[in-house]
Amino acid sequence: MRVMVAMSGGVDSSVAAAMMVEAGHEVLGVTLKLWAGPAGELPTAGCCTVSDAEDARRVAAQLDIPYYVLDYTEPFMSEVVGRFVREYTEGRTPNPCIECNRTVKFERLLGHALELECDALVTGHYARVRRDGDGWHLLRGVDRTKDQSYVLSMLGQAQLSRTMFPVGEQTKQETRLIAERLGLRTAGKPDSQDICFVGHADYRGFVRARAPAAVVPGPIVDPTGAELGRHGGVIDFTIGQRKGLGMAFGTPRYVLDIDASTATVTIGPRSGLLRSSVEVTNMSFVAGHPPADGEPLMVQVRYKGDGAAATISSRDDDWLVSFAEPQPGIAPGQTAVAYRGDEVIGGGLIA
Amino acid sequence: MHYLDHAATTPMHPEVWEAMRPYALDVFGNPSGSHEVARRAKNALEEARERVAATIGGEPGEIIFTSGGTEADNLAVQGTVLAADDGGLVTTAIEHEAVLESAAFLESLGREVAVVDPGENGIVGPAALIDSIQPNTALVSIMMANNETGIIQPISELGALFRSRGIDVPIHTDAVQAFSSERIDVGQLGIDMLSLSGHKIGGPKGVGILWVRRGLRVEPVIHGGGQEMGRRSGTSNVMGAVGLAVAMELASADRTRFRRRIATERDAFEEKLSDLVPGLSVTGAGLPRLVSHSHVRFPSLDQQTALIRLDRAAVAASAGSSCASGAANTSHVLLAMGMGVTEARTALRFSFGWTTAVGEGEQAAQVVSGAIRGH
Repeated sequence: MRVMVAMSGGVDSSVAAAMMVEAGHEVLGVTLKLWAGPAGELPTAGCCTVSDAEDARRVAAQLDIPYYVLDYTEPFMSEVVGRFVREYTEGRTPNPCIECNRTVKFERLLGHALELECDALVTGHYARVRRDGDGWHLLRGVDRTKDQSYVLSMLGQAQLSRTMFPVGEQTKQETRLIAERLGLRTAGKPDSQDICFVGHADYRGFVRARAPAAVVPGPIVDPTGAELGRHGGVIDFTIGQRKGLGMAFGTPRYVLDIDASTATVTIGPRSGLLRSSVEVTNMSFVAGHPPADGEPLMVQVRYKGDGAAATISSRDDDWLVSFAEPQPGIAPGQTAVAYRGDEVIGGGLIA
Repeated sequence: MHYLDHAATTPMHPEVWEAMRPYALDVFGNPSGSHEVARRAKNALEEARERVAATIGGEPGEIIFTSGGTEADNLAVQGTVLAADDGGLVTTAIEHEAVLESAAFLESLGREVAVVDPGENGIVGPAALIDSIQPNTALVSIMMANNETGIIQPISELGALFRSRGIDVPIHTDAVQAFSSERIDVGQLGIDMLSLSGHKIGGPKGVGILWVRRGLRVEPVIHGGGQEMGRRSGTSNVMGAVGLAVAMELASADRTRFRRRIATERDAFEEKLSDLVPGLSVTGAGLPRLVSHSHVRFPSLDQQTALIRLDRAAVAASAGSSCASGAANTSHVLLAMGMGVTEARTALRFSFGWTTAVGEGEQAAQVVSGAIRGH
């Protein structure tokens, strides 16, 4: 097969490329230029920097595969960064990596790969693709501590039939061992933990700089509406947040609600965070159709963790996730992903 | 394999390489020393300087050896503007980044910089340049031919206008792309500074020159031991200078033949490609253009996809401008010509040179057309 490997300059995508070469495929390595400095150059901090592209290029040279850098700065800015800023100013907590996967990687880049006569797009994600009589399935990666199926929950049959996640079949440890065996220069490179376009900087400063007018001060209130203090912008808060409230209490207080239209942040005790159901919009199902009504599933409302027992049912044009036990810290803008065991059933946006 | 990126760089002529070899192991001295080893190197350097000067109608003392065209441009722009107390710069929007980034640097230091747009045809009008000149303008910099489009600028016309109107401002021209095919006589051109680069003309990489008319003061950008009459410090690259001299002599001697031969291939390439690709636009068709350049725009084709397809088909070409990462940039030259971003991103530059074979133009057009369609 001819495959395109998206290489970020990290060890996972480096090894993914190596595994494709070892399997005898014709491999094209690409790095996406997603973010540019003021003069159009790659950033020197965060992810996908000039030095990351150089790392990817060197690995490609070691693997003797062609390597290209694709400029995706425009779609990334409008589809990922613009949305990221907007969501925060509207009081929600976005997950830009999910938007990037949805639009930039598995729509545009996948399309580009197919246009270049590639049979599949390969990435270094920790997830697994399986196929059987029912079609294509997306499973958690073998290494549960590194599982990235959550951020791939938007994929459907069309994408999965043209996607490969080779490192998802092994542990992170095994991935690093392969990198060392092959003498890849990225073998010991630490994983990037930050949002790629924010880097080590704080997202608050990033959003403020880009939407200054939307960041308005407002009241911090308790659940009865009584004003407890003032804040400098709803973007500084996320549901479930405990620190940084600017005041001290006898018992812990958490952000319970953010209303951007009135710039009001409501805080209260942990019990106020608990919700037994949540509305989810833009839900997509891997199989192309929803699961049976009332089927017991596990639903994750954040990247980390095992999720909680829940069922999903349709409500008007959207979906309702009903938890067996009330769950804390459900933040609008985050993604809810439903699992059946290790298999991703689908995902959508928390309203 | 079709190498159609001569505007990016060229292989060395075998004669250039042969001429350079003795300077690696044998005549290896630092010309600034006071012993026989140094003297031999110094003699070679000065002989190279004389030979270089002769090919452009200048004097040896007017030649400053640099590390290439970029450095020559930096020296020309910064060296004259900063030498004048409140000096400003007039330049064009189609210049190479070496000039434009130097201009931006000058602006950051508080100097006035005027950037003149070309017409839609890619030619900068002398009148527009003259209009931008202020009392404190210390330099006008305009390239001889654009590296992306190959479109030739009216340099001697500008020089003549300056003379006839008594305009006293020095003119610098970046002739890096033009040297192989255009005759350069600095006296006739009426200019005051000229940048050239070795590796664009079958010479070595890492060496170039700035020719500076005698009497024009240039402040150094690189400071140190005072080589090149205090204008460009650093141990002289004797090996490079010798190679450059040979390359420049070969280019000058062969110019007429080169023009004829390369024009034939480039024209055959464009004719065939236009046949095979309906809707193809040739930038600068009918205008004064370097014979080496074929800058085209494909109907609705993304240049990134095109370059990958061409690479898979063993054709080396260029989008005309790229960033440090290797990703294709939207060309500032095309944007300055009034093209929209979408159209600018359909542009590809094919450039021919001394290793282009007879008949290669037409052959390459077939391969390019096939590759672009994804065969």
